[in-house]
Amino acid sequence: MVHLTKKASMAASVGLIATTVLTSAVQAAETIKVGILHSLSGTMAISETTLKDVMLMLIEEQNKKGGVLGKQLEPVVVDPASDWPLFAEKARELLAVHKVSAVFGNWTSVSRKSVLPVFEELNGMLFYPVQYEGEESQRNVFYTGAAPNQQAIPAVDYLIENEEVERWVLAGTDYVYPRTTNKILEAYLKSKGVADEDMMINYTPFGHSDWQTIVADIKTFGSSGKKTAVVSTINGDANVPFYKELGNQGISAQDIPVVAFSVGEEELAGLDASPLVGHLAAWNYFQSVETEANEEFIEAWQEFTGDDNRVTNDPMEAHYIGFNMWVKAVEKAGTTDVDSVIDSIVGVSVPNLSGGYSAMMPNHHITKPVLIGEIQEDGQFDIVDETDGLVAGDAWSDYLPESAKLIADWRAPMACGNFNVETKSCGGVVSN
Amino acid sequence: MKRFIRHVALLLAFALCAVPAAQADEELTHLISALANGKLKEMPAKISALEKAGNSKIVPLFEALSAGTLFYRKADKAVFITRSSADGITLMAPLTLQEQGVTTKKSLKKIKVNNKLRRQLKTAIANLTLLSPDVSLRLSAAKELFKSSDPAVLPLLEEALHQESDASVRQAMQESYAAMTLRTQHASQQHRLDAIETLKAMGNQQALSVLTGFVASASEPEERDAATSVIASINKRLARWSVAQNVWYGLSLGSVLLLAAIGLAITFGVMGVINMAHGEMVMIGAYTTFMVQEVIRNSFPGLFDYSLAFALPLAFLASGAVGFAMERGIIRFLYGRPLETLLATWGVSLMLQQAVRTVFGPTNKEVGNPDWMSGAFELGAMTLTANRIWILAFAFVVFAVLLVVLRRTQFGLEVRAVTQNRRMAASMGIRTPWIDALTFALGSGIAGMAGVALSQISNVSPNLGQLYIIDSFMVVVFGGVGNLWGTFVGAMTLGVANKFLEPYAGAVLAKILTLVFIILFIQKKPRGLFALKGRAVDL
Repeated sequence: MVHLTKKASMAASVGLIATTVLTSAVQAAETIKVGILHSLSGTMAISETTLKDVMLMLIEEQNKKGGVLGKQLEPVVVDPASDWPLFAEKARELLAVHKVSAVFGNWTSVSRKSVLPVFEELNGMLFYPVQYEGEESQRNVFYTGAAPNQQAIPAVDYLIENEEVERWVLAGTDYVYPRTTNKILEAYLKSKGVADEDMMINYTPFGHSDWQTIVADIKTFGSSGKKTAVVSTINGDANVPFYKELGNQGISAQDIPVVAFSVGEEELAGLDASPLVGHLAAWNYFQSVETEANEEFIEAWQEFTGDDNRVTNDPMEAHYIGFNMWVKAVEKAGTTDVDSVIDSIVGVSVPNLSGGYSAMMPNHHITKPVLIGEIQEDGQFDIVDETDGLVAGDAWSDYLPESAKLIADWRAPMACGNFNVETKSCGGVVSN
Repeated sequence: MKRFIRHVALLLAFALCAVPAAQADEELTHLISALANGKLKEMPAKISALEKAGNSKIVPLFEALSAGTLFYRKADKAVFITRSSADGITLMAPLTLQEQGVTTKKSLKKIKVNNKLRRQLKTAIANLTLLSPDVSLRLSAAKELFKSSDPAVLPLLEEALHQESDASVRQAMQESYAAMTLRTQHASQQHRLDAIETLKAMGNQQALSVLTGFVASASEPEERDAATSVIASINKRLARWSVAQNVWYGLSLGSVLLLAAIGLAITFGVMGVINMAHGEMVMIGAYTTFMVQEVIRNSFPGLFDYSLAFALPLAFLASGAVGFAMERGIIRFLYGRPLETLLATWGVSLMLQQAVRTVFGPTNKEVGNPDWMSGAFELGAMTLTANRIWILAFAFVVFAVLLVVLRRTQFGLEVRAVTQNRRMAASMGIRTPWIDALTFALGSGIAGMAGVALSQISNVSPNLGQLYIIDSFMVVVFGGVGNLWGTFVGAMTLGVANKFLEPYAGAVLAKILTLVFIILFIQKKPRGLFALKGRAVDL
């Protein structure tokens, strides 16, 4: 029953927001509009709904503090329904019809790729909060999630140093993020002297649910006498059956640890974590980070959602950082004009939730700490390792030959997302 | 009583060696309190110190540390083993295990461990319990030491072997001894050859991994040849078993397909309704399981192991009711118009998904496995997981019951009569609309029961149904519309074929190949494996 009333109050608050959107449309001149482009229905709703809520919370808090430039912020929520072409349409609606000053949104890489031309054409700003495969830098996009060198590479380093892993299984879902990440990891591992026969690369379809054969293969691969680990870029729903099968076939984290880049607190909330204890995840933020800023954030979030058990996760922190960066850049520029904000945001630094400051780099990626966490029985992570300082996001991986020579710098003289240092010209080879 | 005797024995033991024991205990206490300070990187040294200083008394502490139940109090940094209870967290002294009161989680801080430490702890526990009076403890210790490569353990293992009386423990010890001999190279040639023989008798993956490591580092050609030939023979044995293992994987995938498709075999196969909302009936069943478990968790935690038994009838009723409403509300107006039915049921499927998303939220829901559904056991070189065995058995039972219902009951007779010749059945006095509704409800209800089973291996989210709808149609069409046996054979064939393709082609390609195969097959035999013959076909 308690549950129901909470739901009802949530519904009421959503209704309230809808009415404020309506009433304030009349006095549009006095507000600054912020677009939220996250799927609220369809397959990606599982992850993206939370991000919509966190944006509403951040905007509400900022408004309580007096808004930005003396104006109140007004959220404009649209639902692209996990449909990639619809993302482009809704982005166009946000920029052309609602004339929003900035957009916070997207989760999958394919949805980001589908909105890129729209943001370029209509000159908008997009803050993208999810870890991704890199190999991209665009003038209108700000990547607040991790690039591969801020997640995958440090995770592999941790396994080499602390678990003395010599054999690697790279398991992923068959789409662009795992394929590119694994390509980078393969090159990186080879540069560390790992032989071809000590690597097993495996792809599965979306939503794969029968893991018996693959888990048995991993078990066989791992019993060659060398320490083996699995680097998992398995996406979304396929994770639960994968971990369940690992547990059932008796593979514990002490035998073959799995380090995942897509499993966070939200994903673990939907599963019995006891067979997973000791498996790893690499993120830039965990709910278990012990800082005052994080405590306040969690408290505000649980109060906003009216649920004491709601968890926080890494993409939420990315939005927290991205939103605060945008606010600071707007205040620095003294206007919400997109060109001025894009110029002023580079170099802006704001506190992150793990006790440091994240800064916007000239390549539109940010600096972040990298944390390695072990899954605990309650679905939280124990942080077992942390990079010494902040790691700057690298748009173009140094480990792939075709992108090693590219750099991105959007500051005035160069203003290029793929500058080729060999040919000294903008417009290097763009992969994928 | 037993506990009392143990306490008395302990007391006597203390009294006998009171002075040195007191000193040792003091040292231990000192070492234990050091656990509360410092970094993770300093932990391995602390644990080895504890292991050296301690005896079997330290085992509970190691176990707690490994399980994450070792905490220290923030106020005074005193270390405790904890147990959560109804009114908070119970503290226990780390050595004596005496209860030291109850406190809140906030006042405590967990002592962190990582995998490396857990491995170290496991070995330490094994070393300390190898001579324990408890047979099961000795057995698990002996098995654990198989992975160890510390030559210092060899003398201990020799001593343990010398004393051991239990045959199975003895064997495990011999195997571990053999593994360690080969790993550490600390023995005579004869010893090593004996060890190779022992591992040959084991003949499994573990033995293989030790031998492969040995061959890579062996210096004597005679030993290397012996080991190489053993590796070859083990590989041959494993290859034979892997065929059996693949058949098993195939059957278990087949049973999942069968479960998902069997409800559809009735609504689509028997009634001819293209029901795109079939997957959502499965989803409703899975969410029913979730709700049953929620109620049990909150009100009757003792009944958790029986949660699935409660969920089955409820899921049948819930999905059946939705199916009944769908048939009465929508489908009965659309009989004979397959395209409209397809679109209407697809719409219903989207509505049901979004309704579940609104009510339960878009995230996965946690459905736990009862104890009897988790774990695995070994058969030869095969691993059979408990949940798959149960699901296979459940699929067979559902199939058999359905067969009996359709073949042997009055209701089944009427269903078959209506689907074979509607007008004739109506003329004989059968209420055909009523039978239509009940048949559809039956198909949906069975899909709901499948949802209970699938909630054990898949995740419970609003997208659950979509994962299975394509596979279900594939199975029914392949098996032959209108024939339950066709569905059965179709599901098992596709399952086994898929699992034999997967190791060679990979999961993605295996799925594509299966689809291509079905397309070609349907070209040849448009009515599937078991085509219905006779007048019913033309209706």
